[in-house]
Amino acid sequence: MIMVTIAGIIKKVGTTTKIKTGAWRTFIPTVTDKCKGCRICEPFCPDGCIKVNPKTKKAEIDYDFCKGCLICENECPFKAITSKMENK
Amino acid sequence: MPVQGNNIKDGKQVIFMALTVLEGSRAVAEAVRACRPDVVAAYPITPQTHIVQELANMNADGTLKSKHIEVESEFSAISAATGASAAGSRSYTASCSQGVALMHEVLFATAGMRLPVVMNIVNRALSAPINIWNDQQDSISERDAGWIQLYAETNQEAVDLTIQAFKIAEDKKVLLPIMVCLDGFFLSHTIEPVDMPEQKKVDKFLPKYRPDHAYLDPKRPMTQGPFAFPRPYAELRKDLSDTIDASKDIIKKVSKDFKKQFGRQMGDGLTESYNLKGKKTAIITLGSLGGTVKEASDREGDFGLLRIISFRPFPKKEIISALKGIETVIILEKDISLGASNGAIFDEVRSALYAEKDRPKIIGYVAGIGGTEVTVNDVIDVVKKSKKQKDGDIGWLMGND
Repeated sequence: MIMVTIAGIIKKVGTTTKIKTGAWRTFIPTVTDKCKGCRICEPFCPDGCIKVNPKTKKAEIDYDFCKGCLICENECPFKAITSKMENK
Repeated sequence: MPVQGNNIKDGKQVIFMALTVLEGSRAVAEAVRACRPDVVAAYPITPQTHIVQELANMNADGTLKSKHIEVESEFSAISAATGASAAGSRSYTASCSQGVALMHEVLFATAGMRLPVVMNIVNRALSAPINIWNDQQDSISERDAGWIQLYAETNQEAVDLTIQAFKIAEDKKVLLPIMVCLDGFFLSHTIEPVDMPEQKKVDKFLPKYRPDHAYLDPKRPMTQGPFAFPRPYAELRKDLSDTIDASKDIIKKVSKDFKKQFGRQMGDGLTESYNLKGKKTAIITLGSLGGTVKEASDREGDFGLLRIISFRPFPKKEIISALKGIETVIILEKDISLGASNGAIFDEVRSALYAEKDRPKIIGYVAGIGGTEVTVNDVIDVVKKSKKQKDGDIGWLMGND
């Protein structure tokens, strides 16, 4: 038996971070050198997994949770994000 | 309730049982009030009965201290009751026919989330054609939802089962929602003498609901009703199935406890046998039709009654042992499983008896659909006819009009 709790009730917090939903991805976005660090992509990401690194001033993607929806690629005003089919 | 009075002959003080003459719905509402629910959620318009109307009145008068939520549909009524239960409160709702059908989706969630909501269903026919009268199609159509289903024969039993339902549902080994079903009009709108349980005794029988598994507390956060991948989903559904099967013991235990406190018990809580000893023919039925069969059995005397009180969980073992030595079983049921050409109970009883040596001849009747009357003479005729019928025969009793 995997489940131990009644009705699958989860009494711990933050357990969603343990499920790496990045595995669902078909297309993988990549941030290129054209990135100006404008942060427009940040609020558009439905999973909150693209962030501009304050040191490098470039956007970085958390591939553990990026599902490859490519909204960031669509929204980037500098065409700094490219995508391709991910071969796993 | 015991009341003090004076004997007419000698004027001496006596204690006697006072029966209250109440309409079924009103009696059930009084029983619900005695159980002190925290939340009552209901849709107040057709096909509702006056159970929730009475509860709303009590709430307005201040005699019922629950939160009364009037919602815009039965889907919302059961959703609100389920949500209130998930927050850790004792919650209640009532519905009928189309209303129960509209709840369908949420009923599965309430059971799957193991929330002990209690709902009275006043059994009435489903459309189409439009019909407001009694049959049990509404609740029997929800038999696979994971709710415990109890059927009352009299208004007294509807009251008693409603009080027991909270105790069974909230038992730590059960934690499942319960439908307490009473036949529309035959019980809900009929005035009968009822021994209303005393508030003090109900309080003793039914302590406050204190859940360990599901509650709302910002200091102890939790996720209820989470997403489950195929394997955990299958395991949780199996757990649900095992739990509702095991609830038979708790239903019996609560029925015994109720007898200790209030001095009344119907059968063993799961089934009730009447005049079955030494008989060759048994009639199986649910709900108020039990009374008609008892009357017929008293008049004719060559058959007995096995009344199913708990349809879910299905009391397979109890039915098999009660029917030992019986040669003919006649099932009178107020539902039809369309496409199977018989009712649901017929299939289940027949399947329960399949592995038995010398299993009886089993005859099914779809009886009393849409409020058609099944009389004592109908029952006697059915038994007479059965002597010439063969196993698996299905008939319809459709009244006289």
